[in-house]
Order: sequence, then C-alpha cells, then structure tokens
Amino acid sequence: MQPETQSLLQLDVAKVYGDFELNVTTSVALSGVTGLFGPSGSGKSTLLRIIAGFEKDVSGSVRTPDEVWQDSHSRLYVPAFRREVGYVFQNARLFTHLDVSGNLRYASDRSSGVGPEWDDVVSALDLAPLLQRSVAGLSGGECQRVALARTLLSKPRLLLLDEPLAALDSARKHEILPYLEALPGRFAIPAIYVSHSVDEIVRLAERVLVLRAGKVHAQGNTVDVLNSLESENEFAAADSATVLEARVHKQLPDLHLTELLFEQQSLFVPALPSHQLGQRVLLRVHANDVALATSSPRNCSVRNVLAGQLAQIQEFPGSPFALASVDIGGVTLRARLTRHAVHELKLTAGAQVYALLKTATLADRDL
Amino acid sequence: MPDLGPLWLSICLAATTTVLLLLLGTPLAWWLATTHSRLRPAVEAFTALPLVLPPTVLGFYFLILLGPASAIGSFWVRVTGEALTFSFSGLVIASVFYSLPFMVQPLQRAFEGVGLAPLEAAASLRASFADAFFSVVVPLARRGFLSASVLTFAHTIGEFGVVLMVGGNIPGETRVISIQIYEHVETLNYAGAHILSAGLLFFSFAVLLFVYAVNSRGRLHAT
Repeated sequence: MQPETQSLLQLDVAKVYGDFELNVTTSVALSGVTGLFGPSGSGKSTLLRIIAGFEKDVSGSVRTPDEVWQDSHSRLYVPAFRREVGYVFQNARLFTHLDVSGNLRYASDRSSGVGPEWDDVVSALDLAPLLQRSVAGLSGGECQRVALARTLLSKPRLLLLDEPLAALDSARKHEILPYLEALPGRFAIPAIYVSHSVDEIVRLAERVLVLRAGKVHAQGNTVDVLNSLESENEFAAADSATVLEARVHKQLPDLHLTELLFEQQSLFVPALPSHQLGQRVLLRVHANDVALATSSPRNCSVRNVLAGQLAQIQEFPGSPFALASVDIGGVTLRARLTRHAVHELKLTAGAQVYALLKTATLADRDL
Repeated sequence: MPDLGPLWLSICLAATTTVLLLLLGTPLAWWLATTHSRLRPAVEAFTALPLVLPPTVLGFYFLILLGPASAIGSFWVRVTGEALTFSFSGLVIASVFYSLPFMVQPLQRAFEGVGLAPLEAAASLRASFADAFFSVVVPLARRGFLSASVLTFAHTIGEFGVVLMVGGNIPGETRVISIQIYEHVETLNYAGAHILSAGLLFFSFAVLLFVYAVNSRGRLHAT
C-alpha cells in the first residue's frame, strides 16, 4: 500500500437534463481505487463523463491539485484531450479501422512523459498473441483487455473506468477481474471505478462514493460505507450482507484454498493464488449463508467457524425469519435464521455464539 | 473519331466540383450530423433544394447572381477581367451548388453512423478534434466519402440544364458532354449522339453499380 497522499480531485458540479438533476460537491482522493457506486440512473456515468471532460455544459467546477479543469464562473473548460485522463468505456470503443496493435499504437503515439510502457502493458494484459488480430474478431473480454491496455498506454494521471464489466457475461467477468485487480498496484495510477455491482466494488475499491438520484448519499472506506448501507436495508433482510476485511495468512495449494485471518480467526476461501501474504481481501458474506451454533460444532463439514457475541435479534412478525447480528471483534456479521431456530436455541442478545460460513458461499458467485 | 474536347471538359468540371465539394461538404455534413441547432432542418432543406428544383430555375438564378451586373459578377470581372457567366469558373460555381446534396447527404449519413463515441475515445487518448477527425472519423466514414465523391462526380458529368443556362455552348469553355449530345441531336448527327449517349449510359450504370456494391459490402460487415 502506498501512503495516502492528500492529492484530491475536487468536484462541485451540477447538471440538469430532462427532469434529472446531478448535484455533487465532494472530493475524491487521487490514489488507489475509488468506487463510484449507485443504482442505474443515479448519475454515476454522467459524473464520470464530467470528470473526463466529455460534458461541456456543466455549472460549477472540477479541480485537480495543479489545475482547474472546468469552472463555469470563469467560463473555463479544459477539453478532454488535454486532461491526461484515461477512460475505459463499457463497450470498449476500439477503433475498428485499426488492428489490435494499431489501437495500442494510437495511444502510445500520442502519449508522453512517464507512465506504463508498451512491453509492460502488453505483458500485464497478456496481449502478445492478439496484437496482429483484427478488432472485429475479438471476444468481449478480449476487447476490454485491449481497451484497458490502450488507455494505460496513453499514460493517464487518472484512470476512469465506466462499468467495464457490465457488457460481459459471467465467465468473461471472471476473465477480466484479475487484470483489473492487479492494475492499480502494478502501474500506480489512481482510478475511479463506476459500477452498480456491490461485489465488483468490494473486490476492487478501497474507497467508495455512493450516488443516489444525482446526489452523494455516502462516502468513505468501502467496508464502513457498504456495511452502513446494508443495515439501512434491514427490511430487505433477504439481501442483507456484511463486508469483512480479512488478510491472507497462508496459501494451501494442495487443497486449492487460501487461509485468511479475520479478527484473529481463520477463514478458508477458494484459492487466491495471486495474492501476497498479508494482502487485504474483502469478503461479502450474505446473511442467508450464515448459520449460528451455541457451541463450537464438531463433526461438521463447515470449515469457517467464527466465535462472537450475539448483539441483536430482529424478528419479523408474519415471516418465518429473523435477522441476527453477531459481534465479532467489533465487526457486525448478519445471519438470517428461522424464528423457529431462534426460539429452540434460546438465542438472546449477549449470548456466546459461533457463526458458520460454508467456504463454497465465499466463492465470487456473483462475478 | 468524335471530338473528345467535351468529354475532357466534363471530366475537368466534375473533378474540380468534387474536390471543392469535399472541402465544403465535409464540414457542412459533420455539422448537420452532430448539431442540435434549430437551424438544422432549414439548412438540410436548403441543401436538398437541387434535388427538386428544375435545373432551369437554378440556372436562371445563377445567371442573375453571377452576371456582370451583380455584386459577385462585377467583383469577379474586376479581379480577373473576365465574366463569370458563360465561363468555366461560372460552371464550377453552379455545379458545386447543383451537386451539393450528392456530397452532403451520403457524408451526413456516414458521420451519423460513426457517431460521437469514437471521437470521445480518441479524445481520451490525447487526440485533439482535428487529429481525431482525420485519424478516426474519416477512416471510419471512408465508404461514405467514396460514395459521396463518386456520386458527385457522376452527377456533375450528367448535368445539362444548369450548364446550358449558366454556361451556354462555348467549345472548349462550357461545351460539356451533355451539351454536345444536345448539339448533335439538333444538327441531326444521330451517330455522334449515339456514341456519347451510350458512353454516358454505361458510365452512369457502372458508377451506380460501384456505389451499391460498396454499400452492400458495408452492410455485410456491419452485421
């Protein structure tokens, strides 16, 4: 992890179109990956386009530490091509009149200064076998890899990713995600990653900015923000989930597992072979996938048993279910249980419980 | 052996018109393809006028507009010492307007097909507008440029009414191939008229065949 610098992108922008109004005043740290998260139509892509310089008609200002990009008061507008910002589009937007290497050269011919170099980028995205191919013959995943490489070769100071996985099917997402995960560390370019998928944000972003109906709804550390969003959604307990921050403890290649440590307790997840020891891993645990026991279970197939204290039980009248909150070293894990189980086990707040998580549920199912 | 002078003059006129229209029609077509201005329908209608007006109407106004008594005509006389009417230069000006829709409409459709997305991608890769236009938009719209140029060239070759009104029938200056055919028929030289007419017929068919073949290939590629 590089130290957090105080380098900020300051946004104070408003834009009206039709009956939708985007109104955002905030600042985004220019380091690591910031997730820009929100439902469709919340204005995330518009905000990203404003940062890129694709929207000229904006009131307010966009400022970086060394430059003002846009300011409606002084009628200042730095066009997109002068902002040194890289943009990866949802649908790649490769130039179809050029082959793969032509697309990459388009970027490298126009870039200058320090930044990712050709060989490094081509090897990071495994593009060597594709270089001579025509763009028309590429799969969706390959297109996105080429688009990422092309953007990196323009040596951007800020990388904007506009739902780069949204147009891909689940298998292709799996193909691209490891690349996306590795890029910020490898090339040290700050990124803003737009997505409406919590799982993508959890996996890629260390900070998150949540937009709703054109306004900033929440902002901060990914774990805190997403967990606070979840608790707000109590009524939708079925979708409730908790984001846990764990660190890689040991690789178990024979078992195809990786052992993580979460609050001094072990968690086994499907192997994350590219992760370093001590590297941070965020896990999103759905309340539906957590079972509770009052004693540490023996003769049980579940590998992940976390000891904790029952903080709260919320029963939903007229429903078979209850939502239990378990405190594990200060982190609240939610479990969706039947009310029947709550009564039989005599679960009450303050009781010592063991939360059971099947390893299979910790695979990235949604990605 | 038929006189090749009119054929050569037609080719010169068509080539000059095509080059000038590429320069003038490209920005106009781009503006029409991308603008949200309320003036757009009016400009589109104006551009399409030569498709519906009788050439004699256009020719008549050009005769007045370019004549030595008009501002443009007298200015031209002062600068060059020659009149614009009944001259090759006058023919070029009239042809540029007469063939305008044949250049602008295919280009506009091609630009609309390319859209703004590739320009934004190019801008995010440090390409200025002019750079992106020539390095991305033009190659992506190359079929449109080809169709537009070929149609403009062919349409100018086939021009008659406007030429007759503005240029008259001066050998080596304004007597283009269509005028020559008219001349042959008037003087009952049917053999000469046959040769030139058949030549124009085959030429026009070949041009249209080429344009349609290029465009259908484009459609196949697009799917």
